Amino acid sequence: MDPTGQMVLANRLADGQVVFLATDGSWVEDIARGALARDAVAAQRLLADAQLAESRNVVVEPYLIDIRDAAGRRQPVAFREAIRAAGPTVRTDLEG
Amino acid sequence: MYRYDEFDHTLVAERVATFRRQVARRLSGDLSEDQFKPLRLMNGLYLQLHAYMLRVNIPYGCLSSRQLRQLAFIARRYDRNFGHFTTRQNIQYNWIKLDETPDVLAALAAVEMNAMQSSGNCVRNITADQFAGRAQDEIEDPRPWCELIRQWSILHPEFSYLPRKFKIAVSGAPQDRAAVKLHDVGLYLRPNGAGVIGFEVIVGGGQGRLPYVGHTIREWLAKEDLLSYLEAILRIYNLGGRRDNPQKARIKVQVNALGAEEFRRLVDEEWEQIRFTPQLTVPRAEIERITAYFADPAWEQLTDASATVARQRSADPAFDVWNRANVVAHRRPGYAIVNLSLKAPGIAPGDLTADQMDKVAELTDRFSLGELRVSHRQNLVFPDVQQVDLQALWQALQGVSLATPNIGTLTDIIACPGLDFCALANARAIPVAQDIGRHFTDVAALQDIGELTINISGCMNACGHHHVGHIGILGVEKNGLEFYQLTLGGSSGEDASLGDRLGRSISAAEVPVAIEAIVTRYKALREGEERFLDTYRRVGLEPFKEAVYGQNPPRRQAVA
Amino acid sequence: MALIREGRLVPDPFTDASGLENLPAGVPLIVSLEQWQTRRSALLASGQRLGLRLKSDQPPRLIAADLGYFSVIALEFPKYRDGRAYTHARMLRERFKFAGEIRAVGDVLQEQLHFMHRCGFDTFDVTGPDPEKAWRTIAGDHTVAYQATGDGQPRALDLRKGTGP
Repeated sequence: MDPTGQMVLANRLADGQVVFLATDGSWVEDIARGALARDAVAAQRLLADAQLAESRNVVVEPYLIDIRDAAGRRQPVAFREAIRAAGPTVRTDLEG
Repeated sequence: MYRYDEFDHTLVAERVATFRRQVARRLSGDLSEDQFKPLRLMNGLYLQLHAYMLRVNIPYGCLSSRQLRQLAFIARRYDRNFGHFTTRQNIQYNWIKLDETPDVLAALAAVEMNAMQSSGNCVRNITADQFAGRAQDEIEDPRPWCELIRQWSILHPEFSYLPRKFKIAVSGAPQDRAAVKLHDVGLYLRPNGAGVIGFEVIVGGGQGRLPYVGHTIREWLAKEDLLSYLEAILRIYNLGGRRDNPQKARIKVQVNALGAEEFRRLVDEEWEQIRFTPQLTVPRAEIERITAYFADPAWEQLTDASATVARQRSADPAFDVWNRANVVAHRRPGYAIVNLSLKAPGIAPGDLTADQMDKVAELTDRFSLGELRVSHRQNLVFPDVQQVDLQALWQALQGVSLATPNIGTLTDIIACPGLDFCALANARAIPVAQDIGRHFTDVAALQDIGELTINISGCMNACGHHHVGHIGILGVEKNGLEFYQLTLGGSSGEDASLGDRLGRSISAAEVPVAIEAIVTRYKALREGEERFLDTYRRVGLEPFKEAVYGQNPPRRQAVA
Repeated sequence: MALIREGRLVPDPFTDASGLENLPAGVPLIVSLEQWQTRRSALLASGQRLGLRLKSDQPPRLIAADLGYFSVIALEFPKYRDGRAYTHARMLRERFKFAGEIRAVGDVLQEQLHFMHRCGFDTFDVTGPDPEKAWRTIAGDHTVAYQATGDGQPRALDLRKGTGP
């Protein structure tokens, strides 16, 4: 399945963790489990759900990001968001 | 070191309690993010790319072994086992949870530390020479004055909502190790014509998008006038600094718009009004009280042991190299100042793991009378090491990768967290530093190149001091890709200057190659013992431009 | 308008006319600097009690000679981040010895009341639904100060008994 589309990314309020909005309205850390909007209407619906979650103090600063296909996996198009999704490119020895 | 008394403890404890309440209100939804953001920033808590980041003050770079152990505890208990020392004599934790932040602040308060005003448009952590009180060239120890300024600036009712942040640095030595001229206010302790020590006052220095070297607005200020004069400067800035554009809101823009002379006139006019008010006068007893905390430690009566060290050095070339790069003369016979490099090849500049912190704390107690320092160049300093202990210390430091003999050399790189962590960054900085570090590993070659600072920032805000690196590297973003703009000839010392742009920006992979080309050209051009900076100042940009861009001169030049 | 003084809601006898074209007669009025400058004699002749509202870019020195005509100076915070009025308040109290009411108006946040009070403000038009609660919430936040302002609260360094290391 073509993973191209848009997702919503945010920081979870309580711990700041980068999370993606899932189809059931929950927020997940794994980009593969987040909801992928394939058209503008679906994307706006996702964003509206995210903003509701923001107003309910679940997440902070949600926004839409573009997703492209990287060998069958979801990859944020922008470099900044790729780093947000995957974590720092340095100090990978200290994860956890 | 300064120790909190009951008043200092109460003030910090109340602050922690207040923030605990504010965090609870945020988590319950009583405060929105818009309402909460300024409150968390005033307690040093940012929201970065991956998580919350907490910036903790290390006032004028002074730290005890007990405090360092607590920093290690915090790294383990509340973060991912490391901390990052910054160019502001702060330590940053990158993975702090909002709901645990009050506990972290309480843990800091227990060892007389805090994160107050490490962000926000207020007076930030006061910074100073990391060799304060120990350097041979020092005129007077700046630390008591730093502490006085710290207390005056904390929760100042009038100056907590300035147009923009405000940074003050103090040095008591002729050799400037604290980038004093690049601060909103810089202070040098200096004697006047009569030999009385006071302050040279410099305003309007700063980096960022609009870099300036500061202007001296007062050649000499009596010590007793320090707080009233600072209050006058802050008042003129609070009223007259621009508030319409955050990028033009620092005092440097006001000073340069008015001209240093007019700015000085305004300050003096205000100062004359408040100079003798009891509110800004500090009782002699209080100055003596604070100064007593910085009295010389319990040094032993030693004689100079240079001959012993020289014998050890000639027997062990590696120890010799480390001495030459990392050990600095102490004003007390038999003692030495030791730099601990946080720039081992492949390590993020300024990072220290919790295990390293514990080990350093142990070594601090064993070798440096329980105190250490943090430098703005993101290294640590043991201020009181007996010369006869140097070899044992060196061996112990090797065990924790803190004996890299590269202080002041081109792998002693300043780098901001960059796009790996920072929400403001346009490009990564740490991997560029790591690449350079891996490219230049030959210790003898580094020592042959000599003093050469490389400073890397991941955006125009210049937290990595790129404007004042002998070689500066600025990360920029073009069409979604990272590029790096080189500058040459910057300096943060007493001969402060801003670097000149070399030419078009280059890719990350090209950076070590370009540095190599610059260094090779320098070695060909230098006369005698001439530093890179002095060679650059003598020969200018062109030879280096040609060395880096060769047959592909920058476009602008091609058109001309 | 919800005005608090010393932690309690108090009635506000003044009408803020600084944004009005026609000034109401027979009531205490707060006027803008421009209104004062253009209608000064009429205002004085009316016998109304007067207050003056200063914007954050209007320092009190502009009006220092006239301060005696006003029982209230309202200092405006267009945004909570605009800290100029803290200086204005200190100038009014400490330099121009203004003894009347100094009122904080505009974007006045609960968390700022303490600093405002220390700078010389004594009444606050607090943003938010329950100003008395706001005041109570922050009341115990700051019992120690490192700075002296015109309010007379002693600095920590004045309270210290010369103790040292």
